[in-house]
Amino acid sequence: MLVYALRRLALAVPLLVGITFVSFVVLHLAPGSPVEIGGGDLDPSAKEAREALVKAFELDKPLHEQYGKWLLRLVRLDFGRSFAPDGRPVLDKIGERLPVTLVLNLIEMIIILSLAVPIGVLSATRQYSTFDTITTVFVFVGFATPDFWLALLLMILFGAQLGWLPISGLRSMNWEYLSFWQQQWDFLSHLILPIGVATFGGLAGFSRYMRQSMLEVVRQDYVQTARAKGLAERVVIGKHALRNAMLPIVTILGLSLPTLIGGSVIVEWIFAIPGMGQLMVQAAFERDYPVLMGNLVIVSTLTLVANLLADLAYSAVDPRIRVGARRRR
Amino acid sequence: MRSVACVVLAALATGCSGEGDGAAFARGGPITPAYGDTFIEASLGNVSSLIPNLTSDQASHAVGDLLYDGLVDVNRELEPVGHLAESWRFSKDCLTLTFRLRRGVTWHDGHPFTADDVVFTWKMTMDPKTPSPYKSDFNDVTRVEALDPYTVRVSYAKPYAKALMSWSAKVLPRHLLERWVREGKVREAPQNWQAPVGTGAYRFKEIKSGEKIVVVANRRYWAGSPHISRIVVRVIPSQATQFLELKARGIDAMSLTAMQFKRQTEYRAFEKAYNKFRYGGSGYTYFGFNLRDPRFADRRVRQAFAYAINKRELIDGVRLGLGREATGPFRPGTWADNPAVTAYPYDPARAQALLAAAGWKTRNAEGLLVKDGRPFTFVLLTNQGNDERKKVAEIIQASLRELGIGVEIRVIEWAAFLKEHIKKRRFEAIVLGWGTGTDPDQYVVWHSSQTGPDDLNHISYANPEVDALLEVGRATCQQADRAKYYHRLHRVLAEDQPIIFLYWPDALPAVAARVYGISPGPAGIRYNFPAWFVPKQLQRYTAG
Repeated sequence: MLVYALRRLALAVPLLVGITFVSFVVLHLAPGSPVEIGGGDLDPSAKEAREALVKAFELDKPLHEQYGKWLLRLVRLDFGRSFAPDGRPVLDKIGERLPVTLVLNLIEMIIILSLAVPIGVLSATRQYSTFDTITTVFVFVGFATPDFWLALLLMILFGAQLGWLPISGLRSMNWEYLSFWQQQWDFLSHLILPIGVATFGGLAGFSRYMRQSMLEVVRQDYVQTARAKGLAERVVIGKHALRNAMLPIVTILGLSLPTLIGGSVIVEWIFAIPGMGQLMVQAAFERDYPVLMGNLVIVSTLTLVANLLADLAYSAVDPRIRVGARRRR
Repeated sequence: MRSVACVVLAALATGCSGEGDGAAFARGGPITPAYGDTFIEASLGNVSSLIPNLTSDQASHAVGDLLYDGLVDVNRELEPVGHLAESWRFSKDCLTLTFRLRRGVTWHDGHPFTADDVVFTWKMTMDPKTPSPYKSDFNDVTRVEALDPYTVRVSYAKPYAKALMSWSAKVLPRHLLERWVREGKVREAPQNWQAPVGTGAYRFKEIKSGEKIVVVANRRYWAGSPHISRIVVRVIPSQATQFLELKARGIDAMSLTAMQFKRQTEYRAFEKAYNKFRYGGSGYTYFGFNLRDPRFADRRVRQAFAYAINKRELIDGVRLGLGREATGPFRPGTWADNPAVTAYPYDPARAQALLAAAGWKTRNAEGLLVKDGRPFTFVLLTNQGNDERKKVAEIIQASLRELGIGVEIRVIEWAAFLKEHIKKRRFEAIVLGWGTGTDPDQYVVWHSSQTGPDDLNHISYANPEVDALLEVGRATCQQADRAKYYHRLHRVLAEDQPIIFLYWPDALPAVAARVYGISPGPAGIRYNFPAWFVPKQLQRYTAG
């Protein structure tokens, strides 16, 4: 397995270069350009200002030369500076937003999993029962509800009317003056609504996968054998069936890894959370190529690593699959 | 600067709560200007740079206005007043402008402000390596020299009417930025993000991207320390969220939408906690044409459209009545606006007659007008992200359908809209807006020479009389003369209708009722921000 992993990692490097090259070209093909200094109405932006920027950003050089320079800087882990007027290093801009998004997404993922797995298992074992019907309706309602609408409703109820939770942002205005524990509680209370909204929508996916997977597993012969052996139902389901039903979830988890650093733009926008989603959407509108490419590199690397981890985990968990195993003659 | 809005009456305590202008007592104490309290603002956009001379986005300029000063600014009536300049003088031929600078002004880091900083700011703006959108303001300047540490003389190649107001640009510190400008890396200077230093009423405290900017009062401000001690600008990109924060008293001011102003803030608790203001805005929305298209080059067609659109109904529908009809490109109530020019009345019969005169007489099976075998249909473009403009486009579509003209609406993302359609002149009709600044000169928008791909006359308008009026309007520095020319220009444009001037949306700010000193006027309410105060007994937050 080690050899397999190393081989995959070695292949990942040229794959990454290919991904970034194609993305670079596609980015530059999009209409619009980063040197339009202007807002929602036409501003008296001077030609010279634009020309100064084109020179500074080297946008007049041929595409392959721009890409080559970018790649050489990347090898030294220099992601360059943003094209936005603040001209800050790309790593700074991403680095100050990434932790927020990561924390939000991790907590969300943990909550979704801890709810979706039991819901899925119980729905499967009590198929078509009242519990199954109610939870099915519940998760589909959550899936169909628009995020921002639900967010606004909850903000009105818990924020404006009851005053229990803060409406937006990450911290209160007087955060610096609070004690350590008050600060932690303050931060947490700001996260409750956004995580609640995102979780409600995200439950549907995982719980349905879990339910489907469990339904297939309980029909297998070995489950019947386990029951025939006289094992308690709890052990049959909780130990033998569950382990096998979790396999597709492991794959999905692995593939979800790259999405952990992508923020939900709508949730961030409504709750005024300075996360990765807003940064990337703004970069896209402004055609801020260095920031977009920086994000791309991180996401691609994570995707490749996550794929590898998912495959390895799968082979570790499922004895029928051994990656890179040789056939014994 | 220090306008105290309320008179302290030595009378009985009526116990009435603050109502902005005029209330004498609040909670048992007299209203006197006091220092202290924190003012929490909300901004829709993220601040992109702390050197306002490098950007044109509103969020960055709002913060820049707090941190920096220009040589001149405007007062409540939109007349020029001196900030860093104590006085100024134009030479008789309008070719030289001399400023006498205020003495004793210091930068936030203690360094003295002198004429060298002014010269430096101009040099920096014009430097080819500096990406500033304001170079065109100084195109006619031949020389800027410091005659002595407190006198600056600006020489122009030809008389330039906007000369005075162009010096409302913020002055930057030479001692901190000179090196960066020389290397062409002004965006990377600490001044741009971590440590901006200005002469303004407020000093920079901290910035967290996408979250907040905090500034504190500059106790040594040349006009006297501002009363409100601390300002926090919170970045809240959603207008709906801002409104909820306003209702929960998490922010102290906000620009309301028409719907919020008219329908959602008419309850007792809100009116006690906030004052609402309404004044004419500085931008107008219009329905424009590509005048290279032969159909729209015919003036009768454009005038027909003007008669076909019921502007009052449009304002009532799109802005719930909170706007003024536009008759031309000058802000109503300002000296350049000609009040005698009236709007086109709603007259569909006259519109139909004009179209017939232009050759659009017969209708086809679908009810569309045809000429030379082709039906009158066109695509109406507007930019994504502006709901109001979409609604305006829909109303135009409905109004023109009744005349027998088919309109297809397309909403396009801003950058693509600008690059692929506006700049390449690939459009038939658009719904857009123009903002107006402190000077009414509009050469860059209407002059026939400004039709290059990067210029602003994107409708390709060419009218010799308009050209002449624009040229002579910007070539004199006597306001009385200019007023004559601009009044005539207003009349010509109203008759020619190169675009259909639709409406000027009203500005609708709401500010916490505990803040006193606000006096709305043509310049809005923010022109005297350092004079705003919160009486001691109403202060909500401790000063930072």
